[in-house]
Amino acid sequence: METMLYEYPAGAPASGRALAGVVGSGDLEVLLEPGVEGLSTVAICTSVDGMGAVWQALLERVLRSDALTAELLPSVRLEINDFGATPGVVRLRIAQAFDQLKQGVQA
Amino acid sequence: MKSDTLLQRHSFIEMDARSRARALLDPDSMRELIGPFDRISSPWLARQGIVAQSDDGVIVAKGTFDGQSAVVLGIEGAFQGGSLGEVGGAKIAGALELAADDNRNGIATRAIILFETGGVRLQEANLGLAAIAEIHAAIVDLRRYQPVIGISAGTVGCFGGMSIAAGLCSYLVLTREARLGLNGPAVIEQEAGIAEYDSRDKPFIWSFTGGQQRFDSHLADALVEDDSAQIRTVLHDFFRRGVPACHRSDQIQGFLARLGEVDAGVQATPAQIRAIYQKGFAA
Repeated sequence: METMLYEYPAGAPASGRALAGVVGSGDLEVLLEPGVEGLSTVAICTSVDGMGAVWQALLERVLRSDALTAELLPSVRLEINDFGATPGVVRLRIAQAFDQLKQGVQA
Repeated sequence: MKSDTLLQRHSFIEMDARSRARALLDPDSMRELIGPFDRISSPWLARQGIVAQSDDGVIVAKGTFDGQSAVVLGIEGAFQGGSLGEVGGAKIAGALELAADDNRNGIATRAIILFETGGVRLQEANLGLAAIAEIHAAIVDLRRYQPVIGISAGTVGCFGGMSIAAGLCSYLVLTREARLGLNGPAVIEQEAGIAEYDSRDKPFIWSFTGGQQRFDSHLADALVEDDSAQIRTVLHDFFRRGVPACHRSDQIQGFLARLGEVDAGVQATPAQIRAIYQKGFAA
């Protein structure tokens, strides 16, 4: 088990909370909460050791800015509890959490 | 079955525990107690190098069913095999105890438990066992006032101490995909040998512990399709029926009589068990 913490520039605090996924085999749980103005944090707890570089590369793509508009994403506090999800699943779960935020589904 | 029939259905098995609870309660009535953002997770797993889930794999969903106060306790089978530890167990026991208090205070509250569990969480050993004992006591208390309905849809099924909890429910609902048993197949194989019980032989396992067999053996009260709407209808019918005159688990003499008819000297067959149990458990 390994824990990691990353920070990214962001916009205004997110409008609410969101939850996606479960800590099941090949899956992960993403908890999204509003962050502080201008800064997002990502706290990861993963069952797979030694994958820091992969996490960093993936989060860099997802959180540095909106892939379509190149604008800053809302500031969030992400907590990720991972049970061996592949990068594709991680990306989907994070997108799912942000999507719920957009749709105004309150977790 | 035609594929369009299948596609029209809203699968219950495919949903996680939180979505299952939401699907069962009246629309927009659900609110979660001790939810994931409260971060009451297992204090024991991380110390053993295991990633914890923020809600400890148990969802306490308060809301209404048919307009009446209800609580759904959902076990998330994907997290640690739905195992019950200190926190998750306390969430279920505490919610059932509060529901019983509600009934004593004139608020008729019913409970639904979603069993997807291998039983006690081995990493939390005695704490999990103690919590499961509290769940048993709480079910027996609450079912005096309102039906407590258990559902096991699969794919984990319901084993260990929580299979006893399922047995204590006023009504038990299973799908064909679910399994119900005190000891899990792998445990029986390990203790009794592969000649006695081959845990990898799925048709064999399901023929003894699967939902169809358990329903045919009168150990469950309904066998349903993997269909949320049908499950809701069955719950509606059972709640209308109310508290059973005699709970299955109170029919001790009847069960002992049936067990006495089993010849332990020969390998049992599913048909044999059905034939014996279908005689019923009335003393």
